Amino acid sequence: MRFIFKTKYSQDINIAKHNGDRFWYSLLILIMVALPLVLDDFYLGEISYICILSIAGIGLMILSGYTGLASLGHAAFLGVGAYTHAFLLTNGIPFYASIPIVIVVSFLVGAAIGIPILRLTGMYLAIATLALGFIAEHVFIKWEHFTGGNRGLPVPQPEFLGMSFYDSVFFYYVCLVFLIAAMFAAINILRSPTGRAFVAIRDSEIAAQSLGVNLGLYKALSFAISGAFTGLAGALLAHYIGYLAPDIFNIFLSLTLLLLIVVGGMGSLHGTVFGAIFVGFLPQLIAICRDYLPSSIGSQPGLEPMLFGLILVFFILYEPLGIYGRWMKIKLFFELFPTYKRQTFKKQKVFTKSDRV
Amino acid sequence: MSLFEVKNITVAFGGVKALNDVSFGVDKGEIFTIIGPNGAGKSTLFNVISRIYEPSKGEIYFENQNISKTKPHNISKLGIARTFQNLELFENATVLQNLLLGRHIYKKTNILSEVFFTPSARKQEHEYRLKVEEVIDFLDLQHYRDTLINGLPYGVRKNVELARALCTDPKLLLLDEPSSGLTNEETIDLGFWIKDIQSLLGITIIMIEHDMSFVNKVSDRILALNYGKILASGLPEEIKNNADVKQAYMGE
Repeated sequence: MRFIFKTKYSQDINIAKHNGDRFWYSLLILIMVALPLVLDDFYLGEISYICILSIAGIGLMILSGYTGLASLGHAAFLGVGAYTHAFLLTNGIPFYASIPIVIVVSFLVGAAIGIPILRLTGMYLAIATLALGFIAEHVFIKWEHFTGGNRGLPVPQPEFLGMSFYDSVFFYYVCLVFLIAAMFAAINILRSPTGRAFVAIRDSEIAAQSLGVNLGLYKALSFAISGAFTGLAGALLAHYIGYLAPDIFNIFLSLTLLLLIVVGGMGSLHGTVFGAIFVGFLPQLIAICRDYLPSSIGSQPGLEPMLFGLILVFFILYEPLGIYGRWMKIKLFFELFPTYKRQTFKKQKVFTKSDRV
Repeated sequence: MSLFEVKNITVAFGGVKALNDVSFGVDKGEIFTIIGPNGAGKSTLFNVISRIYEPSKGEIYFENQNISKTKPHNISKLGIARTFQNLELFENATVLQNLLLGRHIYKKTNILSEVFFTPSARKQEHEYRLKVEEVIDFLDLQHYRDTLINGLPYGVRKNVELARALCTDPKLLLLDEPSSGLTNEETIDLGFWIKDIQSLLGITIIMIEHDMSFVNKVSDRILALNYGKILASGLPEEIKNNADVKQAYMGE
């Protein structure tokens, strides 16, 4: 077990809590940077996609995992980001200028949608965001001048830093850099007063309010920040897909994002990456499994959504803290070995929340 | 002139009048206790003061300023902090994070400086922490800084909630049943702390409490409520011997 001797307040503020953290995360980044040396284009493409999913996951995690607001229509923000980016590139705006504009636009769209929608809570909010997803999809279809409607919109692949987005190694590095930047941005938000206010709203709105947190403002801010991250992911997704059609941003994509954060682990940024890896590779895994299953099951078209749903249910029932929660438990097991007690993580009943104002 | 004044407050939920024409004033530096049987309207009164309930009639004055129309999230900025009867802590956060939230009203950073965690954001965290550490020392919470609220015993949670309220640097502290669920020793400690909050920190306290021996020990003045109406108010001795209060409590 590691005991950290704290002598400065900075030790609680810094991102890396000790040298072990620094070592392992640096090593991880080094490995990620070196990956193109060993992997071929197909796997690089898959990992780029996982990076994009992770960025979108960070967005939804801030909203659902940290602020406690459900969203079943987050594909709308991916769409906003993707279409804005493609539209700007088509009109000759360079990549480096387009990305900040996309982030600002998605932030504003998030705020504009967030302010009215966040008067709802719980189930009603989930329904409203679900509707938001459908409305966005229809806007993408009908607003032909901007989105090309059902004909779709080809995404220009401009040169950036003298490299082309067709080059999968270059695209991989772009995605990786954005993921790392997004991760740092999210960590910074979460360790400052705004992030704490989000957690406060999640755990007790009434206490947050009595401590001076403006509920309406911070909920809208959370929606906007979430939109900004997801919009950025959408812009990268546009490059990854290459050709935008409205039906990409459907309910299934929204549910995939939801699956991502639940499987990864609600309320942890590690979880977004774990979840993205899981969600990113699952279709491949299912495709492989299809070959081994009897053809009457293997060739069923609905196999994928069914498995997604099943996995979601199993995680909520048996591992609500997701893959990251499981990882923490395994880590603790080895830290305490051989004195680990089985009861450590047993669910406990809590009676303190009997009646609330 | 009183620091805090409630004038003719009436709160009606449909036909039920939870508070009926209640008026009182609290002087600076006082420990003012509100007692009364269940359903007397004590907690309703607190929720009116922190602007969670809208009064049907009446006004509230704090430092000669009418706060009856202030937004709930601005109440703590004026210097009024509160605790809750059934604990409203941020359960999945550490004690430290809970206490740091107590400093939220002093936030100067905007979202951009937070995204990049600029030196000013870091400096602010340090300033927050200094105050939080003062409160941690005051309430003996050193052991629990990095513990999640989920894993804390009830007595400590109550303490953390008091600490969180103190972190806002209030002028007026509203304590909703601070001793409920505490052991005898914990209640005795709490008594000392409340006295210290009054004398060392100079904070005025309004408290809802049921434990009469505790009330008599710490309060300067007591107000007795029953069915939303004021039964009696005065010094602890007077209240103890008041016939109406005895009637309401003991049914004599």
